[in-house]
Parts: sequence; C-alpha cells; structure tokens
Amino acid sequence: MPRIELLFWEGCPSYPEARQLVEDVLSELGIDAPLELREVRSQAEAEAERFPGSPTIRVDGTDIDAAGAAGRPSLTCRIYRRPDGRASPVPTRDQIKEALT
Amino acid sequence: MTSISLQTAPQFDLPGVDDRRHALADYASADVLVLIQYCNHCPYVLAWQDRINALAREYADRGVAMVAVASNDARAYPEDGFEAMVARAREEDFAFDYVYDEDQSLARALGSQRTPEAFVFDRDRRLVYHGAVDDDRSGDAITRHYLRDALEAALAGRSPEIADTPPVGCTVKWRN
Repeated sequence: MPRIELLFWEGCPSYPEARQLVEDVLSELGIDAPLELREVRSQAEAEAERFPGSPTIRVDGTDIDAAGAAGRPSLTCRIYRRPDGRASPVPTRDQIKEALT
Repeated sequence: MTSISLQTAPQFDLPGVDDRRHALADYASADVLVLIQYCNHCPYVLAWQDRINALAREYADRGVAMVAVASNDARAYPEDGFEAMVARAREEDFAFDYVYDEDQSLARALGSQRTPEAFVFDRDRRLVYHGAVDDDRSGDAITRHYLRDALEAALAGRSPEIADTPPVGCTVKWRN
C-alpha cells in the first residue's frame, strides 16, 4: 500500500481542492490507502519538510511534480502547470494518477 | 451593496513598473476605474492573468482604466518585489498599469484580502463591484463573467446584477 502525504499551508486556499482530487483518484483507482494530511505552520517547518508550497503531494516520499519539488521551501501557494502550460494552484488529476500507478 | 465597507476609491500615489507615479487623480478621465489586488507569485493570479490582461486591453478604448496593485511583503516573498514586477509586466505585455504599494497603505484602504481581487469604481468613483474576475479559475467552464459584466454595467451607468463575490486566491501577504 503506498504512503500518500498531502502537505499543506493553511494560508493557501487550494488544499481542500487538492485533497478532493487525491481522494477522487484513489477511489477511481480502487486504492484503499489513507491520505496523510500534514499542516506546515512555519518557515522552519517548511525548510525541515523541503516544502516548496501548498499543496505538496508525495507518494512513497516522492513528489508527484518533480519540476516543482526543488522550489525554495516557503509558506506559499505552489504553482503547478497544466499540459498546455497554464498555471494552476493544484496538480492535474492525471499527474496524481501517474504517481499512483 | 458589497460585503466590504469600502464605498469610494481611496487616494493613492504609487510607483509603477513604467517608472512613473500613478495617482487616483491621474485616472480622472476614465469612465470606469478598476483596481485589482495583484502579485507575481500566486498561482491564482497566474491562472487569471491572461483574462485580466485581455479585459484591460479590450476595455481600454472604452474608457476603462485598470490598475493592478502589488502590496505583498517582498521581504518574505521576493518574487513580488518591484524588480520582479517590472520583469513580469514586460514579459506578459501587461495592458494595465502595475503599481507597487510597498507600505501596503492602498491594500489596507481597499480592505483587500486576496490576490486577485477586483474593485470596480464608476464615473463618480463609487464602488460598484468587488470580488472575483469570473467563476472559473481554469477558464474552461466559465458561466459568470463577473468583472466583464460589472464593466458593462458601469459603462452604461447601471449597477451590475452581481455586485459582490468572494475573491478567490492567495491571501495578501501582510508585513509583520
């Protein structure tokens, strides 16, 4: 069973949407694994967690978005890119799916 | 009526990315003035950026002036600092003025909460719309064009059907 973590910062409003996305994909794929929600509350925690912004989703410790994973640790909203290059505050469903399959 | 206490456009006089200062009085000839709380780093701003820029371009010839206001604490969010603002405006060919509210006085006067967050003022600079640009961040399934509808109403001397929506975006990054 994969370990799935969703790290979030309360100051960014995107994590409920991200949580729903992950839960939807888990359900679609029939994966019965718990989603670990972890709040990042301070810059020190962001640095300790290598948290490049909210939301950050990891499967077995690997960030689902390698391009953004190396960003400066910060209490900020994370920028994801859709396949057509447009910016989004959450990853695409396909990004999550790929990480889980 | 909107959900915020602001009723008229607040005074401001701020540096812009065009190396000029921009004051409320400078927009006196505009029939409608839009102030948008803005920043560089927020993905919500980036998601709406092209549509905001397109609206500014489309309505410029119709008497609408649009000013994006960057107020975030650039010490904590360096990508929101003035030099980065200049670079972004150049890269994206902004059709609106982009001003730096370093001391956050304009954001406080507006009562801003989020980026992006639009404030539309009519010819008398009364607030006629406050909130989101439209109802779909992705742009794929927009059903309500709040800002566009507010501009059309204000230009026609009417109140928009929807005068207030919750702004959706990153929080304004206040200085400690």
